[in-house]
Amino acid sequence: MRSTDLRFRIGIGVFAAALLLIVVAIGITLANDSSLSLQRFGFRFWRTSNWDPVAGEFGALPFIWGTFYSSVLALAIATPVALGIAVFISELCPQALRAPLMFLTELLAAIPSIVYGLWGIFVLVPAVRAIEASMPEGLRALPLFSGPPFGVGMLAAALILAVMVVPFTSAVAREVLKTVPMTQREAAFALGATRFEAIRAAMFYARTGIIGAVMLGFGRALGETMAVTMVIGNNPQVSLSLFAPQYTMAAVIANEFTEAANALYLSALIEIGLVLFVITLLVNVLSRGLIWSMAPP
Amino acid sequence: MMIRKIISAVFVGACGLAVVVALIPLAFVLFFVLSQGLQSLNLDFFLHNPRPVGETGGGMANAIVGTLILTTLAAAMAVPIGILSGVYLSEYRGSRFASAVRFAADTLNGVPSIVIGVFAYAVVVLPLGHFSTLAGGFALGVMMIPIIARTTEELLLLVPHTLREGALALGATRGRAVFTVIVPAALPGIITGVVLALARIAGETAPLLFTSFNNAFFSTSLTQPIASITVQVFTYAISPYEDWHRQAWAGALVLVAIVLICSMAARIAAARIVRIRGL
Repeated sequence: MRSTDLRFRIGIGVFAAALLLIVVAIGITLANDSSLSLQRFGFRFWRTSNWDPVAGEFGALPFIWGTFYSSVLALAIATPVALGIAVFISELCPQALRAPLMFLTELLAAIPSIVYGLWGIFVLVPAVRAIEASMPEGLRALPLFSGPPFGVGMLAAALILAVMVVPFTSAVAREVLKTVPMTQREAAFALGATRFEAIRAAMFYARTGIIGAVMLGFGRALGETMAVTMVIGNNPQVSLSLFAPQYTMAAVIANEFTEAANALYLSALIEIGLVLFVITLLVNVLSRGLIWSMAPP
Repeated sequence: MMIRKIISAVFVGACGLAVVVALIPLAFVLFFVLSQGLQSLNLDFFLHNPRPVGETGGGMANAIVGTLILTTLAAAMAVPIGILSGVYLSEYRGSRFASAVRFAADTLNGVPSIVIGVFAYAVVVLPLGHFSTLAGGFALGVMMIPIIARTTEELLLLVPHTLREGALALGATRGRAVFTVIVPAALPGIITGVVLALARIAGETAPLLFTSFNNAFFSTSLTQPIASITVQVFTYAISPYEDWHRQAWAGALVLVAIVLICSMAARIAAARIVRIRGL
């Protein structure tokens, strides 16, 4: 009796172990296949901006800059909206509206990245170009708005990323708010708190989980590929300007991987993939930890 | 007092506004995909292969078949691994190994799809020496495993304890109780989860760019590059040709339709399961 149960446990445990193995294998494989570039450039790879495959010079600073800059901008736009949605759905809205609203926000997450990208190229980018062109001269002097209005560039990428991140952050924030005991809110109301004050108290109670939700969105934004590739302009430069066409780590892999003509070029691209993997892994581990401390799986 | 009430009202309004702000892009995307896509979608789209530049017409028959084959391969790989890992996660919830696997599943879920593509390139394309359907299916399968594992776990936990106790009381071993009583009880939900996962990976582009690559011709070979709707839409979208842009919108419409139909069906199915079983 005992041994059949053990055999069952080991039998399905093997499949569960496969999951664990895949994550480890991704790390090892990427590290292994980027060794050429790791050895050749060392840390210089991430400090220099000269990306010249023909000359065999690879500096990935513009990509890591573009990835972080676009994600931070997207987060700045998406976080208030996502938290607003989470609060509205879990605290404010009538019961009858709850399910349809949840369905619609989930739909936002379900639309494929490539469709956002297509929409970005043909609808969002022309709109952004028009906005950029109508920017008053005085503002154009600021480094944030410098350069010609191309339409494609950091602003378009940040906007489209924000749209794609909102559903993830709001879904997790909603889960976290659900774990706040009703008594917290009731106590606040009993003390004469307004709705806002009661919700603020609930959000304060849930702060760890909410930070986790925001970080989870950040992780999504860092790795998002297709939509960003299609609207960011794919120009490796480090610039503060929202108008400037820039590049991200995911985008350079998507665009140049099949063109990598020699081993060093390929290994440089795989190194970018390795670092993207490690960064998103850290962000995810951290955010899961925060969320799980509030809402255990 | 008045000020506090005003602040509260403004806050409530702002939260409502946030919902509207998020739904505007959704409406815009759906509107453009629908209006542009419907203009370009016709029977040819489903029956013909892509035509070279300059020739009008043509379709994505090869890409539609390609996406079907790729997702089938992915499911063949991910469904057994995903469901059995999910069973492990729910059966041995408390164990340290289960926690590690759960953590790995959620982490893998957060790994960017382009990184999965690079991984598949390294372990399938490099050893084979060329792009192939197998490599694309492998990449999509890797993405699908954690989704199915976590959905299965959640649904198995919803199965009432009394069912398990009944099976064990009748002398069933743990494995028998799981596979003849507990999993079947959760099966409709699990199938719904698999359908949703399929819809999600059918829309993936990044992991296919350098695994299954693309193919202008009709192919069902597992060892050759194969076209897919998503990669085809990408190729068309960044091309300078009007006619190809139209094809891209039609492809996008098909992708959105797949997602919409699957999530509607899943929602209806989920509602029915709740009603019938009272879960």
